[in-house]
Amino acid sequence: MIFEYILLIFLVVCAISVSFSRNLLNSILIFMSYSLVMSIIWILLESPDLAITEAAVGAGVTSLLFFVTLKKIHAMKEEGETDEQADS
Amino acid sequence: MSKPIPEEEYRKKPLTRLLQWVGGEIDPFLETMETQKQQNQKPNERLIRKHRRDLDTVISMVHDQKHNKVYKLFRRFYKVASVVCCLALIAMLLTAVSYLPPVGAADNPSSNEVAAKYIEDGLQDTGAVNIVTGMILDYRAFDTFGESNVLFIATCTVLILLRSDKKKDKRQEEAEQRREQHYEPKDDSILQRITFLLFPIIVIYGIYVILNGHISPGGGFSGGAIIGAGLILYANAFGFEKLNRFFTEKTYKWISFVSLSFYCLAKSYSFFTGANHLESGIPLGEAGAILSSGLILPLNICVGLVVACTMYAFYTLFRKGGF
Repeated sequence: MIFEYILLIFLVVCAISVSFSRNLLNSILIFMSYSLVMSIIWILLESPDLAITEAAVGAGVTSLLFFVTLKKIHAMKEEGETDEQADS
Repeated sequence: MSKPIPEEEYRKKPLTRLLQWVGGEIDPFLETMETQKQQNQKPNERLIRKHRRDLDTVISMVHDQKHNKVYKLFRRFYKVASVVCCLALIAMLLTAVSYLPPVGAADNPSSNEVAAKYIEDGLQDTGAVNIVTGMILDYRAFDTFGESNVLFIATCTVLILLRSDKKKDKRQEEAEQRREQHYEPKDDSILQRITFLLFPIIVIYGIYVILNGHISPGGGFSGGAIIGAGLILYANAFGFEKLNRFFTEKTYKWISFVSLSFYCLAKSYSFFTGANHLESGIPLGEAGAILSSGLILPLNICVGLVVACTMYAFYTLFRKGGF
């Protein structure tokens, strides 16, 4: 019971911090951990079907597609590049 | 009877002239219009600079909040209007939600005889121990067919949006490769070793989940997603060239086509027999065995194949804009 509450609180904290994080890479990582916690909650809610799908799609494939998109739009900074160059 | 006409007359006929004009043999404007050779236009530097200066002044005047009252007013109105719109939307949605029946009430419209029927007769009707799979692929098989098609159509749409067939010039390509190498070091031995160990386990787990969809939790969609994730991992570690040995665009097309059409035909058959109260002739088998529950196992395999291919296709399309 306490474990469930901890997970739910973590879920809410994750959901809020995704939208408030300035770095896009960080928000994707937080989103990934959100999906992982969600899959644990699905198991606790006795629906393992959804847990498997959530872990594979939510935490795996969706985040990967987000990463690739970030790379495509050059939002991830290269090392040694200053902020001004990355913005322009 | 058509009588022969001389060649001169034939040439003057409108149809012949039109054909000649279309064919490009004669130019009707030749020697009838006065033409002048085009002169090279010289850009007037002074005029361009003046125009640019004017444009800058106009822009600065428009965005000058101190002097432009209308702009200032509009900015304030914009901020207020956004807040008002948000609040109105929230109010509308909350009122809509307040009309919904309370969660978990016994007399909700969702808790009718359908759920009870599924739970009581599910094993007898479908032969699947896992009621969820029995529901998805037997009672509600038509919905699942639509979902698989949606996935396929989504891939087609992404293909239209992200396809890049044009050849890049050499410098651009080198710059691209440099960027790629920065983000993902090629031939990373740690990643390759881990993938070497993990990839077979992931794929076997995915196959297990698909094949046992009617016995244990899981099914086509989950197993397909697992296999797709494994393929993506493999592509990341060893590069696309190695994966293209056994998985190309052609493979993707054929797997999707065969799976979707088999699903369609199999389900059409069972809908046809079911609607006409005929015996389908497909044995349900012994509940709990792998080869049981009639059409559910092959349909699970079809859905799994489509999902796995779609996941991998999404990734390749995002990465390279093609297979």
